[in-house]
Amino acid sequence: MRSLISGALLSLCFLFGSAHAALDPAVLQGFASDDFGERLAVIGKLGQIGDDDARRVLEALENDSLAIGGGKVLIYDGEKAIDAASGVALDAVPDDIETLTVNNRMRTAIEAAKAGMALFSADTAVRLAAATRLRDSVNPVTLPLLEKALSGERDGAVRKVLALAVARGNLGSDDVAKRLAAATTLADSGDPAVLALLEPRLDGTSEPDATVRAAVSDAIKSIERRLAIADAIGTVFTGLSLGSILLLAALGLAITYGVMGVINMAHGELLMVGAYATYVIQGLFQKYLPGMVDGYLLAAIPVSFIVAALVGVLMERTVIRFLYGRPLESLLATWGLSLVLIQAARTIFGPQNVQVDNPSWMSGGIALLGDTVLPWNRIVIIGFAAFVLVLIWLLMQKTRLGMFVRAVTQNRSMAGCVGVPTARVDTMAFALGAGVAGLGGCALSQIANVGPAMGQGYIVDAFMVVVVGGVGQLAGAVWAAMGLGLIAKFLEGWTGAVVAKIAVLVFIIIFIQKRPQGLFALKGRFVES
Amino acid sequence: MRTPLTIRFLTSMPRSGWLALAIFALVAWVAVPMAHLMLPESSPFFVSAYTVTLMGKILCYAVVAVAMDLIWGYAGILSLGHGLFFALGGYAFGMYLMRQIGTDGSYGVNLPDFMVFLDWKELPWFWVGSDSFIWALVLVVAVPGLLAFIFGYFAFRSRIKGVYFSIITQALTYAAMLLFFRNETGFGGNNGFTDFKRILGYDITSAEMRLILFGLSAALLMFVLLLGRYLVTSKFGRVLAAIRDAESRVMFIGYQPLWYKLFIWTLSAVLCALAGALYVPQVGIINPSEMSAANSIEIAIWVAVGGRGTLIGPVIGAFIVNLAKSYFTVEFPEYWLFFLGFLFIGVTLFLPDGVVGLWRKLFHKEIGRAEDVSAPTPPPKSSPPPEPAVQSASIDAKGAAA
Repeated sequence: MRSLISGALLSLCFLFGSAHAALDPAVLQGFASDDFGERLAVIGKLGQIGDDDARRVLEALENDSLAIGGGKVLIYDGEKAIDAASGVALDAVPDDIETLTVNNRMRTAIEAAKAGMALFSADTAVRLAAATRLRDSVNPVTLPLLEKALSGERDGAVRKVLALAVARGNLGSDDVAKRLAAATTLADSGDPAVLALLEPRLDGTSEPDATVRAAVSDAIKSIERRLAIADAIGTVFTGLSLGSILLLAALGLAITYGVMGVINMAHGELLMVGAYATYVIQGLFQKYLPGMVDGYLLAAIPVSFIVAALVGVLMERTVIRFLYGRPLESLLATWGLSLVLIQAARTIFGPQNVQVDNPSWMSGGIALLGDTVLPWNRIVIIGFAAFVLVLIWLLMQKTRLGMFVRAVTQNRSMAGCVGVPTARVDTMAFALGAGVAGLGGCALSQIANVGPAMGQGYIVDAFMVVVVGGVGQLAGAVWAAMGLGLIAKFLEGWTGAVVAKIAVLVFIIIFIQKRPQGLFALKGRFVES
Repeated sequence: MRTPLTIRFLTSMPRSGWLALAIFALVAWVAVPMAHLMLPESSPFFVSAYTVTLMGKILCYAVVAVAMDLIWGYAGILSLGHGLFFALGGYAFGMYLMRQIGTDGSYGVNLPDFMVFLDWKELPWFWVGSDSFIWALVLVVAVPGLLAFIFGYFAFRSRIKGVYFSIITQALTYAAMLLFFRNETGFGGNNGFTDFKRILGYDITSAEMRLILFGLSAALLMFVLLLGRYLVTSKFGRVLAAIRDAESRVMFIGYQPLWYKLFIWTLSAVLCALAGALYVPQVGIINPSEMSAANSIEIAIWVAVGGRGTLIGPVIGAFIVNLAKSYFTVEFPEYWLFFLGFLFIGVTLFLPDGVVGLWRKLFHKEIGRAEDVSAPTPPPKSSPPPEPAVQSASIDAKGAAA
């Protein structure tokens, strides 16, 4: 790899001559002309020279610090002047010094020249970025540059981008073969902008050759197909991501509601507690472990679980325990708890939203075709939801506590009769549900606002998931969350977010009429009270 | 049993109840207007405009609370959607109030300001007729009534009850709130309706109009109390209580609970809407936040504080909570949520029968002699005594459903 890079460097030196010699003053003299065309030509030449001196001159020009004085081109920062060609500082600033004005065309040209230089950089990432930038604005000046870069490029990803860029430029070429090749190459693109470029070429006046027209039409179809696929993938992905958020918000509720029949209206506030726990951990890391800030999230996961679980135990021991079997009253009391928690958060952390930053490894995303990007933070959340789900599943299926919880869910009095300590199971299950809500809050802090009232926005959604899924069913909650997430996102495509949300709620209301027990009812015969 | 309706109606309440009602009417219709209009501001008996509006507002809340109690206390159905019906009534009447602004809006066009702002040229179809007072009254009753009827029909037919019903009513309210928040829905979006000027051509800010609205609110409350009293002492009310306590048994006996529940549910919604329609001109604004989940749940706490399954309880509860609210939000705004939160918890844990239940427990009064059920509420109290038949409703007194 190293030898490859140095080889590339070497060839660059051969291409442009020795790198560190001063610039030829004759090249720069074009700047002294009043003709903008000539100035543009100088910029182009500088771009082709491409060494550090040329870059310095271009940057000076861009920053409005290139000036003409005493018949020379100078870099002038307001105090002292440097000869642009030789890089030698002048003893005195000439009296007739005058800064060059830069118009928009010149700025574009400077941009292109700088990008052209970057095309031959030793760093692959820089080359890729430059190629991508140039691809979107190919013009006769940059086309030869791109062609040259393509012929010397070894990296596959950069080559792909360069090929597309060249094809774009060649689409308007006079050579039929070149146009045909360009159209065929462009069929591999996934860029809506290319589509806009191709579409005008379908009619006979702008494209006289029939075979090229056919190729263009094929290319358009292929691009459209690819864009549609990317779009669908993007929608499914956002749907799954929304579903994971719903699932994280609802899992804890599925446990507490399923096991105890307690409507916990303060569930949203347990999410909030988890999110604030994450915020506090972030603050501690920033203060005491600034070198490991990116790792704060890993520490926040167990902490948010524990803090929310403790709050949950406190709630269960002091209030909810006395309301078993009185679901409507527990609804009111837990609503009261939620108000107290909200106000407590306001008193402690202030009424404003607090800032929770994504760790750097969660920013950015995987770019699909077109405008579709799968952001890392969403991918992480989907993974995290799956992780939490597996964790709960293991806990419920493989541990003694899980067995007790399932037994109490199915038949409380029978479980009590065979010696299950139901009161303790209740506390443990409630703590578990609250802790899972805390985990959900930790996840939400990465993608949503963290504020005292944040939980209120999720409570209705979380209930919908539990109710649609069927009470006491983890599988039901998963299907319901993913289903609702996907439906909401697909509807959003043609109705807009708010109408989609309303439609989903109405759908749920109708669904409940048909299946009051939810998607997955517990098997068995129950007598309604 | 063939007693004429009027007699049945009159005997549904003991004489002391009628007396209390008469005193309340006298205070609301004579004493308050005189104190507001005739006394000088320095007089200790002077009633300020702020107080009249506040009391008028709370009277509307009291109506909502009684309506909620009819469905929750007597039929055992906890609705978290009453905020929606209240707001719909308010919106329906608000449309009329918006049209009454006429060309006095900030754009000087005969269109509500927000429509001008959205660049709409004419009224959307559902605003047709909104300049008629009668049509507004029709809408106030019909829209929430119809919505409640349809929703209730399907929900009760599928035998959705208890917590499930509460949650889907909450979902309904939430969906409606989202809908009304949209500008394109045509009800002013975020800001809703405000800046009202006139009712029937009369200035809405005048002292007389204020007193009329106050008097109407008092009248509505008296009407709702009487109607409620009549209903719960009738055979209908007994079936309702039976459904609340053991729905399956009632069905096995041969009653169809659907129609009983549906009637009381729709009636309750319409009463809420009427209260909303009176509330909006007094407060001067209606916006979608009236439909938030918090508002609907707060209605439930008024009822719980006062005492479920009694008719006077919700009125007392509405006054206690709302007076406390206007006191706290002025004096200690940061503690209001703490107070409200602990009120929710405390009442459900320690006062399952509310203030009325506490009163009965403390004084073991003979039922029927409790007109002076006094709560720390300064305004005149109409206190029909707690009804004899009601065994302070704790819906799930049968113990854990486990």
